[in-house]
Amino acid sequence: MISLAGRDILHSWGKFVFTGVGLGLLIGATLTMAGVYRGMVDDARVLLSNSGADIWVVQKDTLGPYAEPSSLRDDAYRALRGMPGVARAANVTYLNMQVQAGGENASDVRVMVVGFEPGQPGEPAYLVAGRQITRSHYEAVADVRTGFRLGERIRIRRHDYTVVGLTRRMVSSGGDPMVFIPLKDAQEAQFLKDNDAIVNERARTAANPSLNRPGVPGLLEAIQASQTTSHSVNAVLVQVRAGHDAEAVAEPIRRWKHLEAYTRAQMEEILVAKLIATSAKQIGMFLAILAVVSAAIVAFIIYTMTLGKLREIAVLKLIGTRSRTIAGMILQQALGLGIIGFVVGKISSALWAPFFPKYILLEPGDALRSFVAVMVICAIASTLAIRAALRVDPATAIGG
Amino acid sequence: MDGFGIRIEGLRKRYGAGDTAVDALKEVNMTVAPGEVVGLIGPSGSGKTTLLKCLGAVIEPTAGRMTLGDEVIYDGGWKIGDLKALRRDRIGFVFQAPYLIPFLDVTDNIALLPMLAGRPNGAARQRALELLEALDVGHRARAEPSQLSGGEQQRVAIARALANQPPVILADEPTAPLDSERALAVIRILNRMAQQYNTAVIVVTHDEKIIPTFRRIYHIRDGSTHEEAGEGREIAD
Ligand SMILES: Nc1ncnc2c1ncn2[C@@H]1O[C@H](COP(=O)(O)OP(=O)(O)OP(=O)(O)O)[C@@H](O)[C@H]1O
Ligand SMILES: [Mg+2]
Repeated sequence: MISLAGRDILHSWGKFVFTGVGLGLLIGATLTMAGVYRGMVDDARVLLSNSGADIWVVQKDTLGPYAEPSSLRDDAYRALRGMPGVARAANVTYLNMQVQAGGENASDVRVMVVGFEPGQPGEPAYLVAGRQITRSHYEAVADVRTGFRLGERIRIRRHDYTVVGLTRRMVSSGGDPMVFIPLKDAQEAQFLKDNDAIVNERARTAANPSLNRPGVPGLLEAIQASQTTSHSVNAVLVQVRAGHDAEAVAEPIRRWKHLEAYTRAQMEEILVAKLIATSAKQIGMFLAILAVVSAAIVAFIIYTMTLGKLREIAVLKLIGTRSRTIAGMILQQALGLGIIGFVVGKISSALWAPFFPKYILLEPGDALRSFVAVMVICAIASTLAIRAALRVDPATAIGG
Repeated sequence: MDGFGIRIEGLRKRYGAGDTAVDALKEVNMTVAPGEVVGLIGPSGSGKTTLLKCLGAVIEPTAGRMTLGDEVIYDGGWKIGDLKALRRDRIGFVFQAPYLIPFLDVTDNIALLPMLAGRPNGAARQRALELLEALDVGHRARAEPSQLSGGEQQRVAIARALANQPPVILADEPTAPLDSERALAVIRILNRMAQQYNTAVIVVTHDEKIIPTFRRIYHIRDGSTHEEAGEGREIAD
């Protein structure tokens, strides 16, 4: 027996390929949506891995530092270093902002500025170009997605920074690429007021008689100095000594230091299950709609193709073709369309994924699942056409 | 096959019921011997196509009896379970238009029938090629139906009807779209094939050009048949 479906596809391959490509672009969009979600999850995981921390210590009763704002004293890390099982502890700050690239193309880039102590946890894990920060001020390491180049000067608040190194896969949960600068600079950028505000604040303090006492020299200056230095960070990253369990180390921190401490697993839960949950639902909704649209397209195309062949189907039935052979022919055509569509979708999604602003992770498992879904959708979509074909009366082939 | 190729006795067909019922066939009696080609003629609406549909097992008669060879296929009800297999293996159809399958080449249009009957592809194609040679369209074996002339297409359709060596061929106005030369050629082929394969052939026609070629003719009027002798004119090559 020959494959009737295969022959029909070969005979009108132009129509098949054309509709297959159309369907394929739709499937490509579906795969990309799944890839967007996977990319978000993966970004979160990579962010956690690359931060080099085992425990995130943040302000009490917050889900910081990524999901909620968190602020703690920048000397808290000293006490943490003395806790049992703690190998290293270091301050970090995170701040979302627009950064102006210097030079001729002075475009704004939305980034997350990370303040860290060079050589401590929080340092970018690896560089693709340049070097780590060696000076204590005004140097920066940027994620390649910022578009910054080595040696470029960028402006963060009041100061210019030189990009000395480039890293990759360091993006915030919002998808903004990171720029790493020394902690002191970052604290200043994040917590310090501008000059006018400082002058105002000083004048206000000086006008307060309880702070500006004539009999106590130096008091006013001391208060003003404390107001203009920042002593806050967003989190302390803790590395656990080898052989120690992160949860066992985190527990006493929570109990004794009046701080919140999240292990790697808890942090991942916060990022994946809480922070991007809404986006995931959004994407899921979109996937559902795309699936319905694809099904409608396949159903419509196969149905019209079948309607165009009713005469041939009547003849096939008249000469004794079994219903299941005819149903099989239509089903195979629908599946053939699905296969063309899937291949086109797979290729197109791989081609356009790099051009998306956010990382898109196309997982083979997702591809496999969507292939199965496409096949099931095509099979379901062909039932309409199969019903129409099975209703054809072989007597119509004889005519009048 | 011994005795009668086709025997129809007291066949009736009523379409619909009640006030709108149409008695398309009232009293049809007919015999066709193996190897014989008979003409079935009658005015429009007289029941010719209805008769072919009954015999072709695509509509069910209302009463009567139909016998193919020595097997009763209908006697007040179908006597055969698998009507599809009956159509596939024992009845060849030729229509006014060739109705070839456009996505199969000429050979596979014919080979499809033996394939549907379970014959291996090679044997089925071999059979198709033999028939195409016999019908002088062997040189078009790999062409697509749309690339053939009308006469060639009709010969391919006849080859398809013969593909499973059915004991019966039913042809409904097979020469209608053809000029007289090609029309006569089709009848000549049907005669030759009928003799060669011992097939009983019924040709429904309005076509004045071919009516003189039949040796026996059934006239049908208002759903009733009567037989008369035809001229049986030889067809010159
Ligand atoms: N499906 C049907 N339902 C009801 N009546 C029908 C149906 N098919 C045919 N008829 C009626 O049965 C009668 C015989 O029709 P049939 O098609 O057999 O005529 P015919 O001899 O083939 O005519 P023609 O030469 O025009 O093709 C006609 O009166 C027709 O209207
Ligand atoms: Mg008719």
